[in-house]
Amino acid sequence: MQHYEVVIVGGGPAGLAAAIEARKNGAQSVVVLERDRELGGILQQCIHHGFGLVVFNEELTGPEYAERFIDELMELGIEYRLETMVLEVNADKTIRAISPSDGMIEIQAKAIVLNMGCRERTRGAIAIPGFRPAGVFSAGTAQRFVNMEGYMVGKRVVILGSGDIGLIMARRMALEGAKVLAVAEIMPYSGGLTRNIVQCLHDYDIPLYLSHTITEVRGKERVEGVTIAEVDENRKPMTGTEKHYDCDTLLLSVGLIPENELSRGAGIQLDPVTGGPIVNEAMETSVPGIFASGNVVHVHDLVDWVTEESRRAGAYAARYVQNKLVEDASVIASRPGDGIGYVVPHKVRPENLNDKLAIFMRVKEVFHDAKLVVKADGEVVYSRKKRHMAPGEMEIVQIDAQKLKDLKPAELLVSVEGGETVHV
Amino acid sequence: MRYGPYNHFTGSRMKRGEMYDVVIIGAGVIGCGIARELSRYDLSILILEKEGDVADGTTKANSAIVHAGFDAYHKTVNGQMNARGNPMYDRLAAELSFPFQRIGSLVLAFSEEELASLRELIDNANVLKIPGVEMLAPETVHAKHANLSQEIRGALWAPTGGICGPWEFAIALAENAVENGAELALNTQVTGIQKTDAGFRLSTAAGGSIESRVVVNAAGVYADTIHNMVAEPFFEIHPKRGQYFLLDKAAGDIVDTVIFQAPTKAGKGVLVSPTVHGNIIVGPDAEYVEDREDLRTTGPQLDYVRQAARQSVPNIPFGMNITTFAGLRAESSTRDFIIGPADDVPNFINAAGMKSPGLSAAPAVAEEVVKHVGVALGGELKERKDFNPHRRPAAHFAEASPEKQAELIATDPRFARIVCRCEYVTEAEVVDVIHRKVGARSVDGVKRRARPGGGRCQGGFCSPRVMEILARELGTDMGDVLKDGPGSYILTGRTKAVEGGM
Repeated sequence: MQHYEVVIVGGGPAGLAAAIEARKNGAQSVVVLERDRELGGILQQCIHHGFGLVVFNEELTGPEYAERFIDELMELGIEYRLETMVLEVNADKTIRAISPSDGMIEIQAKAIVLNMGCRERTRGAIAIPGFRPAGVFSAGTAQRFVNMEGYMVGKRVVILGSGDIGLIMARRMALEGAKVLAVAEIMPYSGGLTRNIVQCLHDYDIPLYLSHTITEVRGKERVEGVTIAEVDENRKPMTGTEKHYDCDTLLLSVGLIPENELSRGAGIQLDPVTGGPIVNEAMETSVPGIFASGNVVHVHDLVDWVTEESRRAGAYAARYVQNKLVEDASVIASRPGDGIGYVVPHKVRPENLNDKLAIFMRVKEVFHDAKLVVKADGEVVYSRKKRHMAPGEMEIVQIDAQKLKDLKPAELLVSVEGGETVHV
Repeated sequence: MRYGPYNHFTGSRMKRGEMYDVVIIGAGVIGCGIARELSRYDLSILILEKEGDVADGTTKANSAIVHAGFDAYHKTVNGQMNARGNPMYDRLAAELSFPFQRIGSLVLAFSEEELASLRELIDNANVLKIPGVEMLAPETVHAKHANLSQEIRGALWAPTGGICGPWEFAIALAENAVENGAELALNTQVTGIQKTDAGFRLSTAAGGSIESRVVVNAAGVYADTIHNMVAEPFFEIHPKRGQYFLLDKAAGDIVDTVIFQAPTKAGKGVLVSPTVHGNIIVGPDAEYVEDREDLRTTGPQLDYVRQAARQSVPNIPFGMNITTFAGLRAESSTRDFIIGPADDVPNFINAAGMKSPGLSAAPAVAEEVVKHVGVALGGELKERKDFNPHRRPAAHFAEASPEKQAELIATDPRFARIVCRCEYVTEAEVVDVIHRKVGARSVDGVKRRARPGGGRCQGGFCSPRVMEILARELGTDMGDVLKDGPGSYILTGRTKAVEGGM
């Protein structure tokens, strides 16, 4: 049995930030366990620009963004193990992992930070009818083939879903000489960032069909074509609206799912809406001493916020190890109200807050000129008018910690008030 | 058409133009079962398969149930073969090391009429001597199976019902047959059969010809086409499509036995069952299709399956679906299995019309066909002294105890390199299934044998790794690796950066 103060499960952007911050906050022995052959996670295949505007105030590529953290990790001398697959995380904070160089590894940690990230929803998850030929890829898998392996996945492409990876891949495929025929999105609004709609679709004359889905995949061996159709308000395809495309490739960007198989194994409570652990202000899960941050908790659209959240998780994990986290404290329940899909964190112990409490959330629909309001037992502690809010873009509110310490409310309720719901 | 660079399965006698004792057309579970049974004897055997892998037709897309045998009527060949085939599974699974579990089955009745049909099934089971079949009261059923509908009026319990891995079974049969001397030619479609003085001459799509004393027709949905090449037509195959959902392992405990619905005039109903890998399978519907390759799923039929399944298990979590698929039943116009020589061509032996319970019956069908082959070849078949009924078991890292896992890693560090993070399939397992007899040659071939890509991410993470390993082990380029059969290419060329030498 090996012993560490803080074990970080996953060496992507979340794990790197958590590890660095744990060390900076006084944790002596920290180790990052990464299942892939290198650190950096999915950032390594995101060769486009757009990372780091919040954290570094400049635009970096994915690998560049990862490199900054990997460099810092090295400078701090933090231990990491590659090709190390964690098989089990237990509530007693033992971990079982394997790697080709070390074989079977058993670790007793004082604190664990879960940073496993997320995976893509598949064709099966949405049961697209038709044949099951080659040429149907999730957007992230296609991105890996193109950017990491150096292979193209098709010549004429239709994309289902307007998640950010799909939008990025529309541009990437077009730049590689493929013809991207259309992007179909079942919802009446895009699932991706507005800047990606503009920079990846509009700039390349790729049409986006909202309220459309795929009704058939043709081709027995390789994709030969797809049919898309408009959907009604119940998201059922309407006959007579079909459009047929001859194509050899269908990319799917239909959502991301936090990867919580290990969390489930440890008996950690999950939020059915986010698919990730229920966490408190310290990013600590329902199992004391096991923390979680990044896409394993809820899917982020900007890596910068993964970093911000994970820095907190790492810092609090270090405090936990040093018995500086107030466990026996008053707890505020943080809840989504009207118009809000979810909020993270779910629970807040004001005693542990520094100067601000950051609440991350997503709205359920597109809103124009609405107010984002946070009430502490009915008293407004935050209110801001927003010109535009969409489910594809995470919202963040910062609340003054002192206010919460003074008020000691039982509940924080986040709601959208006024404005208009927009159906594009 | 891109075939992949490594179609190296082919018959050696076929190459030399020598005559085989038996050629089997079709490498599904029926053809492979026959080949393995025949490989006990001193015979030269060739299995011909038009697809790029064994188990690539009906065998890879069905309910995976080993029926107890109460359902198929006792006066039919179906009924007799099912009753005989089911008990043979225990020994076969032990010898050949494929997944099989006797988890029992329930048939649910929701009305007085359906209860009456269950009583008929029990009478049928008694004639066929199916062990342990009994009627259960709703309270008894609910006490053990909390997720079943409150609407049920009774259920038939059959303890000998089971589930298996159909393609693993067929692959194991083929591998064991080949280990015992049988030959296999993949990507080899039979286009014509001529009678000759000594037997038959078969011509193939690639322009080859093969001589054989006896031909066994195990061609699944094409069995009538093959039969009519040489014998007087007397049956037609009407492919009947069935569509399925496969749910995530996290839904795996919703039922722990096979749940059927009572047969009615409207049909056999849909089943909800665990799979040997811990998933839940739901389906099938039944729909005649014209095209014998029409494996499409369709929105309306999938909706029908969802609705029908909810009658048995109301809270079935379709949100945890990981894939949908369709299979074709090779239903004969005679409405029964066709086993035996063609009336007008005694050395041409049919094993046709193998709709459900074809999988359950397969071991018995193989024995029957061997008898007919013996007669056709003029007497007693000579047993080989060196026949080995055992197949080397494959190590499954995910299913091993922690101690066993450590042991595996100590023998081969590639057991510590996880390729598929959903199913915890290791590199050692992938490499093993590539290098076995009847080894995998495609991404789906690896998936059928070792399961990477069979989990919740459906290959999103592991398919690049599997392709890399296939390319490395077979000495080819990753760009040439196929998903499954000829034409199922995955990659379309190098990117500009690579092309430009950057």
